[in-house]
Amino acid sequence: MAPILRSTSLLAFLSLFFFASILPISSGSDDSYTITGRVRIPASTAIGHAAKFSNIKVVLNGGQSTTFLRPDGYFTFHKVPAGTHLIEVYALGYFFSPVRVDVSARHRGKVQATLTETRRSLTELVLEPLRAEQYYEMREPFNVMSIVKSPMGLMMGFMLIVMFVMPKMMENMDPEEMNRAREDMPSLSSLLPASR
Amino acid sequence: MAIRVFLLLLLFLSSAIVSFSLYEDQVGLMDWHQRYIGKVKHAVFHTQKTGRKRVIVSTEENVVASLDLRLGEIFWRHVLGTKDAIDGVDIALGKYVITLSSEGSTLRAWNLPDGQMVWETSLHNAQQSKSLLSVPINLKVDKDYPILVFGGGYLHAVSAVDGEVLWKKDFTAEGFEVQRVLQPPGSSIIYVLGFVNSAEAVVYQIDSKTGEVASQKSMEFPGGFSGGISSVSNDKVVVLDSTRSILVTISFLDGGISFQKTRISDLVEDSGNAEILLPLLTNMLAVKVNKRTIFVRVGGEGKLEVVDSLSDETAMSDSLPVADDQEAFASVHHEGSKIHLMVKLVNDLDTVLLKESIQMDQHRGRVSKVFVNNYIRTDRSNGFRALIVMEDHSLLLLQQGAIVWRREEGLASVTDVTTAELPVEKDGVSVAEVEHTLVDWLKGHVLKLKGSLLLASPEDVVAIQDMRLKSSGRSKLTRDHNGFRKLIIALTRAGKLFALHTGDGRIVWSVLLNSPSKSEACERPSGISLYQWQVPHHHAMDENPSVLVVGRCGVDSSAPGVLSFVDVYTGKEISSSDIGHSVVQVMPLPFTDATEQRLHLIADTNGHVHLYPKTSEALSIFQREFENVYWYTVEADDGIIRGHAMKSSCSGETADEYCFTTRELWTVVFPSESEKIISTLTRKPNEVVHTQAKVNSDQDLLYKYVSKNLLFVATVSPKGAGEIGSVTPEESALVVYLIDTITGRILHRLSHQGCQGPVHAVFSENWVVYHYFNLRAHKYEVTVVEIYDQSRAENKNVWKLVLGKHNLTAPISSYSRPEVFTKSQSYFFAQSVKTIAVTSTAKGITSKQLLIGTIGDQILALDKRFVDPRRTLNPSQAEKEEGIIPLTDSLPIIPQSYITHSHKVEGLRGIITAPAKLESTTHVFAYGVDLFYTRLAPSKTYDSLTDDFSYALLLITIVALVAAIYITWVLSEKKELSEKWR
Repeated sequence: MAPILRSTSLLAFLSLFFFASILPISSGSDDSYTITGRVRIPASTAIGHAAKFSNIKVVLNGGQSTTFLRPDGYFTFHKVPAGTHLIEVYALGYFFSPVRVDVSARHRGKVQATLTETRRSLTELVLEPLRAEQYYEMREPFNVMSIVKSPMGLMMGFMLIVMFVMPKMMENMDPEEMNRAREDMPSLSSLLPASR
Repeated sequence: MAIRVFLLLLLFLSSAIVSFSLYEDQVGLMDWHQRYIGKVKHAVFHTQKTGRKRVIVSTEENVVASLDLRLGEIFWRHVLGTKDAIDGVDIALGKYVITLSSEGSTLRAWNLPDGQMVWETSLHNAQQSKSLLSVPINLKVDKDYPILVFGGGYLHAVSAVDGEVLWKKDFTAEGFEVQRVLQPPGSSIIYVLGFVNSAEAVVYQIDSKTGEVASQKSMEFPGGFSGGISSVSNDKVVVLDSTRSILVTISFLDGGISFQKTRISDLVEDSGNAEILLPLLTNMLAVKVNKRTIFVRVGGEGKLEVVDSLSDETAMSDSLPVADDQEAFASVHHEGSKIHLMVKLVNDLDTVLLKESIQMDQHRGRVSKVFVNNYIRTDRSNGFRALIVMEDHSLLLLQQGAIVWRREEGLASVTDVTTAELPVEKDGVSVAEVEHTLVDWLKGHVLKLKGSLLLASPEDVVAIQDMRLKSSGRSKLTRDHNGFRKLIIALTRAGKLFALHTGDGRIVWSVLLNSPSKSEACERPSGISLYQWQVPHHHAMDENPSVLVVGRCGVDSSAPGVLSFVDVYTGKEISSSDIGHSVVQVMPLPFTDATEQRLHLIADTNGHVHLYPKTSEALSIFQREFENVYWYTVEADDGIIRGHAMKSSCSGETADEYCFTTRELWTVVFPSESEKIISTLTRKPNEVVHTQAKVNSDQDLLYKYVSKNLLFVATVSPKGAGEIGSVTPEESALVVYLIDTITGRILHRLSHQGCQGPVHAVFSENWVVYHYFNLRAHKYEVTVVEIYDQSRAENKNVWKLVLGKHNLTAPISSYSRPEVFTKSQSYFFAQSVKTIAVTSTAKGITSKQLLIGTIGDQILALDKRFVDPRRTLNPSQAEKEEGIIPLTDSLPIIPQSYITHSHKVEGLRGIITAPAKLESTTHVFAYGVDLFYTRLAPSKTYDSLTDDFSYALLLITIVALVAAIYITWVLSEKKELSEKWR
């Protein structure tokens, strides 16, 4: 009975972005407390989303203990002493901010949470990714500009300019200047063999 | 020189592009990723008539995984935390995998098909004790029998459906250690048998619904019990007494407890210390006496009789029910190069249900564990499949006399890695198959062109991918021009050496290291570390390169060491020797002998050092440099670092001329009340630095202080040595030092108040980058320290250079007192880190990238320019041109610069980099539970064309140009002609 409920709650959880908020609960005895929180990933149409979901790890204090998510996205750390702790969520494809969690000894394990990246304090321990991560470069779609910009394109462009623009420029040139230029040319070319 | 300048120029040009990035269709071209699980501890088969056949395993790497029984592939797996060792695994309700971990304090249920965690329960745990998981068998779904867990002095009953603790029983007061929990089927009463102080047997009868104790009986046993216990039936267990010479049968059901003693000497002739073996057999137990395994049947009245005996090298499985209320078990033993698998009935050992002989690779060692499972063949007889774990940790499935699949799980516990060259291609060895014809070649490139212009259809994309993966003989077993093909030599915890090909990650050879003396004490030495012993390139070209494996006979550091030399090309062990002294530290020296064998010094626990290889030539080389050999030791527990130098040959004490005594030169003592050493690090000895000078944007010159004798030490306050969250910022401080290991001088000291470890650092050229936790900001921080040589700083005056009044030609001495100055800067970093490495290239010209192994088991490539102390908030125009990035308070995490892209290197432990021959490129190999390899070009491949380079586009352009020239020529001819006609 219960497992069926669980799987439906997973579906509901994925489809609902807005969800009844539940305060971070912390209970325990003799100076060790329990931190309960939830990871919420915006529903996505990506295939394999659920598979990704089962591979999320939640890490306390840089590896002191590691836990996994339940189908409803909840996670729990048991036997945590009072003090200031760090919770990190690792999920392929998402970036989560580490969370500073203060477990108060005076208020019987009351939990205060702050995102360390954005310095935003959380009223409830619901962790959402700061951004989705794309590990691959996107291939730029085909466009003419990319060809024109490539070295080959520039070569071709230069050729075209030489072919079509230069003759026009020659036409506009003063014939006298042309002659002068022609006279200059041999002197240049005669220099070249000399330099060899 | 001109080439270098050109390269540098290119470097500057290419440095505009910062991040490593990969297109999705480039995955698998340069990289490979292998998934492992580790040495299997428990295995549970799940072979229903319908659906996938799988086996659930838990391993010593804290992995719980579901494997495909047909192919050995991983359906799913989870790597638990490092302190979350798995104590037991089982299947409950036919749909959940139950794991008990953390010494019996965490119980988790995983969904069998997809591995999603269903529930997790933390169990109360008061004291250290062994833990026990008991999942009722033959569960009908409608009846909810609880899962029983004993651990830490408590017995818990947990509902399998939702993980709720139904009841718990506190046994901490009595000191009661539960040994067995028996749940007779169809009964609501469970029997809990245990010992109090190993001298009193207690049986509780507990109602499984409520947890109430129905009855309790105890009985004192005068001799006391020891160790193992074997439950042979529902009302009897057999234990050994404390002298290990008497078997005690304890019957406990109904009436009370009764003991029945049987001397082992009555059972077998030459008795010694006995040991009860773990397999659970019905009405029978296996006892190991005098290297033999004897099977003892337990009769109705607790009478014991020996029914069979086997040689010692036998591994056995638990018994499993086969048809007609009979039980069978499997045993595997070695004979030459074959292993024999036998399945026998428990009640009648003469009935052999299955007998198979399988050829087994010698380099897998012995069989260490067997798990057996049966299936019904088409002719309704029983078939058996056996999962065996070998000494090298590999996992094999045997069925019908053959190995169905194998997994090299030894590679999940790599302890040390080095790289080696492949043999040079010789005449007669076939060259890479070039594309068959020009047409094919052109076709291929046109396809590539289409791909790069995104004009390719899906079929084309597949064709391109195929072509790329097959291309250029990347998995050939010879050296290539660019040095892309190499061997990665990995030493595993099982003492096996693997050579992996960088091209496709396949195992080229593997060798299980043998002990030279076949003594009892050192049957299999444990490998410690791996060194390049002989790398021939100039003089001894005919020699094959070899590696040195330093091992130890036992876990203690004073245990005698073993050296083993392995040929890299063939994978054969050339020689191995017992060196007769312990191994504390191995120091490769910068000298080689005529055959290019590297000289190594090995320090032992007595303060002596021993020279290897033990040849007179090596001795003469060493004697020449005797005065110049220094070494240091770090005693982290006492907070002392000592520097040592050579004193004399220790001929006075022993006749060994390769043994030397040392003298202490200096000590650095850290105050134990305020500082505790948590990390030490030196530069890689084989690192290449291209230039010592660094030119600033304002034409200023800085001289890097590149000394090989620098030691980075990080200390924290003793209170801050624990986990994050255990100290307040006021209580903890982190101090880092740079110490010269020749003179013991502290060159630099930097203190971070309110910070704590763990410190992960990387040391390269003249800089150290380290990662630690800042308690005030409650964030991780990364600090870079760069160290520069002040004494050479005045050489920047041009006139001094012209007049020759510079000291650039003055020799650098390690004894001199360097005038150094440092620059440092700190940044926030948003992730926990497991390890940091740095890229290394052949000439050290290419800019560096930091490779940061994050706790999410990914590897992030971060350009060194992000951790440059010269970064300022508003860099000037000149500085911008130089490539200085404006200062930000945290380091960027660019998803495209994860070199592991969409893979995870689960359980990441280390990253190794090695240069390729091509200056721009570096090999990166990461190991943990998984293995990952890729090739990186930190400044892009500026010295070669990429695979993507489109030759077709080049050809088309050239053809077009030629055509254009021809057309214009024709046109101009025509025009000239028409003008002449005019």
